[in-house]
Amino acid sequence: MLTLTNVRKAFNRGTVNEKVALDGLNLHLDKGDFVTVIGGNGAGKSTMLNMIAGVYPLDSGTVTLDGKDISRLSEHARAAHLGRVFQDPMRGTAADMQIDENLALARRRGQRRTLRWGITRAEREEYREALSTLGLGLESRLSDKVGLLSGGQRQAITLLMATLKEPDLLLLDEHTAALDPKTAAKVLQITQQIVDESGLTTIMVTHNMHDAIRLGNRLVMMADGRVIYDVRGEEKARLHRADLMAKFEEAAGEEFANDRMLLG
Amino acid sequence: MLLAMQGAVSQGILWGVMVLGVFITYKLLDIADLTCDGSLALGGCVCAILVVQYGCNPWLAIGAGALAGVVAGAVTGLLHTLFSIPAILAGILTQISLWSINLRIMGKSNVPLLKHETVFSAISAATGLPQTTITIVVGTAFAVAIVAGLYWFFGTEIGSALRATGNNEDMSRALGINTSFTKMVALMVSNGLVGLSGALICQSQKYADIGMGTGAIIIGLAAIVIGEVLGRLTPGKLRSFSSRLIAAVVGSIVYFLIRAIVLQLGMDANDMKLLSACIVAVALAVPVVWERYQLRRSYARGGEA
Repeated sequence: MLTLTNVRKAFNRGTVNEKVALDGLNLHLDKGDFVTVIGGNGAGKSTMLNMIAGVYPLDSGTVTLDGKDISRLSEHARAAHLGRVFQDPMRGTAADMQIDENLALARRRGQRRTLRWGITRAEREEYREALSTLGLGLESRLSDKVGLLSGGQRQAITLLMATLKEPDLLLLDEHTAALDPKTAAKVLQITQQIVDESGLTTIMVTHNMHDAIRLGNRLVMMADGRVIYDVRGEEKARLHRADLMAKFEEAAGEEFANDRMLLG
Repeated sequence: MLLAMQGAVSQGILWGVMVLGVFITYKLLDIADLTCDGSLALGGCVCAILVVQYGCNPWLAIGAGALAGVVAGAVTGLLHTLFSIPAILAGILTQISLWSINLRIMGKSNVPLLKHETVFSAISAATGLPQTTITIVVGTAFAVAIVAGLYWFFGTEIGSALRATGNNEDMSRALGINTSFTKMVALMVSNGLVGLSGALICQSQKYADIGMGTGAIIIGLAAIVIGEVLGRLTPGKLRSFSSRLIAAVVGSIVYFLIRAIVLQLGMDANDMKLLSACIVAVALAVPVVWERYQLRRSYARGGEA
């Protein structure tokens, strides 16, 4: 389904501030995989999602999706296959446009946009139904500006927008990190509901170890731009926070040892 | 006095076409596009030279003026999207180069159309109505048609994508919108309208001048701001898209009425640009100062008072 091969990305290349974000990353996802990704700050989690989405060009390596090499495609061209939700609830929706207008834009993701009317009456009915599944009472506010909504509501709408036209791959970049615990739980529940419904292949980056263990069929831990731990199925189901903490420390310790070697 | 007012209204409507162009870039794309000073004069110059030197039909000449504006917009668009030059700078570059290009087109700094037929004089001769009236009628017809056209366009898939681009570029790209394309379209449509306005102004004042576009962007912004204030003052708080477009044209008319009154009161015409700049600066500053004042006032030293 999705294969990252030897993906490398460094920022500020050739300067003293050079930062290697992804260092020969390899990852393969099967269709229907729901992968949670954890790792410390600067481990390369978000960069990985941005590389898949084409936000910046790769330094080297390839990204293939469904057997097609998309490494050199522009961000908007890749969008046809990807549904994305960002950490910042403000980034996923157009504040000055109505809820239905936002959904109509999302529904046309990957389609050629023409001079046909931007939203039809039949669509509105469909959106009303889709919004009612969120259970947030938004189905009666179709023509409200999105800017009037709370962060949680906006994030729920972004989720709906990302999946309205079924994507080949859903990318969730810490999409509940900016929300209060109660709202975050609600958005996660909606996430699971949407993913389960159509068996979407999903990558979810999170800082919450509990969520990482609880959700999905596979867990990936990253450090220094590489995958250092990859568990799935039964083994993942038996994971505990303590196991992950131990892994974290192991990774951090190695780094420490390397530093000592350098200094010595 | 009444004649001056009538002249101001007709001027306001013709410039209103330009204001609609500025509205697209400034309000929808969130870019202050400085190309328009140059493309307004370009529209006028192209129109004038076609009529005077090539005996072109005045209607066709207006179309050519609009087309020239589209090309100017495309240049700014390419500089901005292809080479990532900041929009303001890209606009300034095109504007400055248009100064030289406009002089090349006209061969001198001023081309009069006194003895030539214009769309206004043609209709005036055919109907027997005075030219000021004709200018208002024709200008209104253009404005109405353009407002209707823009209302349709921004309701379409491409138009919605364009509005989304101005609103949230990250989201737009994530939804598969080619934001370079939408920005190009916006700049081309916008400057096309500005060029069209320049051609109309040129025919109504019966000359094209190299300096006719100077400060156009400020007039555009002032008209938009006046239109917004008027919109807010109306009981219904007009917020729908079509009423925002109409408000922009009305703002332009009010701007020229204010201008006519101030000039009648004896103000030097050269001070008008200073006044325009002050109107825009005040209009942009007031909401910011007001919000700061509100924040200060709501501060309570000991916590919740």
